Amino acid sequence: MRKHTIAVIVENRPGVLSRVSGLFSRRGYNIHSLAVGTTEDENLSRMTIVVAGDDDILEQITKQLYKLIDVVRVYELSNISAVDRELVLIKVAANEATRPEIQQIVDIFRAKIVDLGENALIVEATGDSEKIDALENMLKKYGIKEMVRTGKVSLARSEETK
Amino acid sequence: MELTGAQALLESLKKEGVEVVFGLPGGQTLPLYDAMYHEKGIKHILVRHEQGAGHAADGYARATGKVGVCFATSGPGATNLVTAIANAHMDSIPMIAITGQVGTPFLGKDSFQEVDITGITLPITKHNYLVKDAAQIPYVVKEAFHIASTGRPGPVLIDLPKNLQVAKIDFKYPDSISMPAYKPTYHGHPKQIAAAAKLIDKAEKPMIYAGGGVIASGASKEVFELATKISAPVTTTLLGKGAFQETHPLSLGMLGMHGTVYANYAVTECDLLIAIGARFDDRVTGRIEHFAPKAKVVHIDIDPAEIGKNVSVDVPIVGDVKNVLSALNNHVKAKDPHSEWVAQVLSWKEKHPLCYKSGGGLKPQAVIEEIYRITKGEAIVVTEVGQHQMWAAQYYKYSQPRTFISSGGLGTMGFGLPAAMGAQVGMPDKIVLNIAGDGSIQMNIQELNTLVNNKLPVIVVILNNKYLGMVRQWQELLHGRRYSHTDLDDNPDFVKLAQAYGAQAFRVDKFEEIEKVMKKAIAKRDCPTVIDFVVEREENVFPFVSPGQAINEMIVD
Repeated sequence: MRKHTIAVIVENRPGVLSRVSGLFSRRGYNIHSLAVGTTEDENLSRMTIVVAGDDDILEQITKQLYKLIDVVRVYELSNISAVDRELVLIKVAANEATRPEIQQIVDIFRAKIVDLGENALIVEATGDSEKIDALENMLKKYGIKEMVRTGKVSLARSEETK
Repeated sequence: MELTGAQALLESLKKEGVEVVFGLPGGQTLPLYDAMYHEKGIKHILVRHEQGAGHAADGYARATGKVGVCFATSGPGATNLVTAIANAHMDSIPMIAITGQVGTPFLGKDSFQEVDITGITLPITKHNYLVKDAAQIPYVVKEAFHIASTGRPGPVLIDLPKNLQVAKIDFKYPDSISMPAYKPTYHGHPKQIAAAAKLIDKAEKPMIYAGGGVIASGASKEVFELATKISAPVTTTLLGKGAFQETHPLSLGMLGMHGTVYANYAVTECDLLIAIGARFDDRVTGRIEHFAPKAKVVHIDIDPAEIGKNVSVDVPIVGDVKNVLSALNNHVKAKDPHSEWVAQVLSWKEKHPLCYKSGGGLKPQAVIEEIYRITKGEAIVVTEVGQHQMWAAQYYKYSQPRTFISSGGLGTMGFGLPAAMGAQVGMPDKIVLNIAGDGSIQMNIQELNTLVNNKLPVIVVILNNKYLGMVRQWQELLHGRRYSHTDLDDNPDFVKLAQAYGAQAFRVDKFEEIEKVMKKAIAKRDCPTVIDFVVEREENVFPFVSPGQAINEMIVD
């Protein structure tokens, strides 16, 4: 099943997140990731949702979302040229021996070490989901103690009319 | 004008044309009911259980086409509305439920009689509100009525904390509201209408499948025009009953699981299916890949999410059914009323009529047919859910919209009696029948008390087979006659029970007595009547399409 990225612009009202997430769970659609944040208009919030499903399911999701009174606009970003970003914080086990190797990997990925301790360090990185996956893979062998990813956010490129 | 929140709510309801509400007070609606004490413009029907208030508001809405309104207090009052709200949601009925809530300082603290009713009703309302600012009350009411009654209708819940009911606000009812995100499509796209007309003109075996959307939209006249112009037989869903005169030669009655043989044959053989305000429910389609296998499909609905949800559609038209059909009717060419197709359908009708075996005890189907004859088909028939519901759908013929009222999507036993009450309140001069089973009637029988107190002449027809009959039928046909927990042999004496409530009551076990008793019931205009019809215990509803079968594979006896 293909992954789709959809942007859902909603009115900034109490309960709107549970309305949207509840819709996904009760209709049996799987959310891969969900990121919510403010937008250029203080009355609106933007949810970026990554969901797996064929085109029919995506069409139903879109239509069902539009039935929610607080949903202003829904559009798919996977079919158009868009900038995708995710932020990740990874706490990796590190000692004096492994630290230089990790530093090298971090540099190659243009990531940053933002916290350093005796036995571990925290790497911060942003990028598209593939880059984050690759970084995660490279760091795995040192031992990932904890990790958090924000979920994808996405904006259509300027020349796209959406 | 300075008003309390409670007064502002009542003023707002009157601005929306509300004349009656169904409700039951409690701790968190005391201020609201205090305002009701002096209220002259709104009639309040005091029910005996909040579920009754919800279904009554629903029945009122179905009978009148207006928005039904119910009140309940917080906590258990609100949760008692839940089934009624879900019922209205499944059948797209415009309804406003107003619940009291604990005061805002007590919210989220597990206070006495606090439940998160907006959370609970999230998936079963079209929209809901927890009001946090008394000044918002008029806006919320205005929005709620707009949402409930426009587009695809549905229930809206307003949860109103007690402290807001007493708060003072400067009341002004808004003239308009701005809801940029909510814009239903009312007019079909001209290109789609033209495409549909082309398919219709080409079709040799066109067929109309009409649902509850025709009634919601008030489009029976347009359906009639289309059907007669293109000589297409018309089948309806349970909720579409009354959308097309069932006495008309082109009427095939209901389709689906308990549909007529000829409707199911016709759907299977047609080359064009015009679905109008219907949603291809599993009780209609049976095994979906065998549904209308030879047909192209035109689907007209106001809700875009219904298009393509269950079946793929050749020409979708999103819009209000009435608008779309009046445009479409101008585009299509008339067809020969004596076509081979029409002749074929008429011969199926003649060869496979609805039937039941006579002999033995009182037949429930015969009771319905006789009541149809006596009421001249002019009653409003409200049903519960089960075998009696299907017999009422099959053997009473409906000619007017809003005369058959039944719980379709949710299948709620206990719907009928309170819904009949709502229908009678909305249509005081009509004969309102509640056709019930002995199982269903016991699920909201307390509302007999409300009917008596309000002098509402609903006629309750109990087809009493001392079984949870539809479940028993499935056990007989699909579970080796193992009647697990469906025997209601120890039912109460419904005549005595009804009399204890103050209703007029009769028992009938012979066909010949039906007319006399029904006439007594019809003559009584200031009190409900309960008639306990002692019917054949193991009578089944036929035709019957087993779940998962194609609809042309019916068991007929």
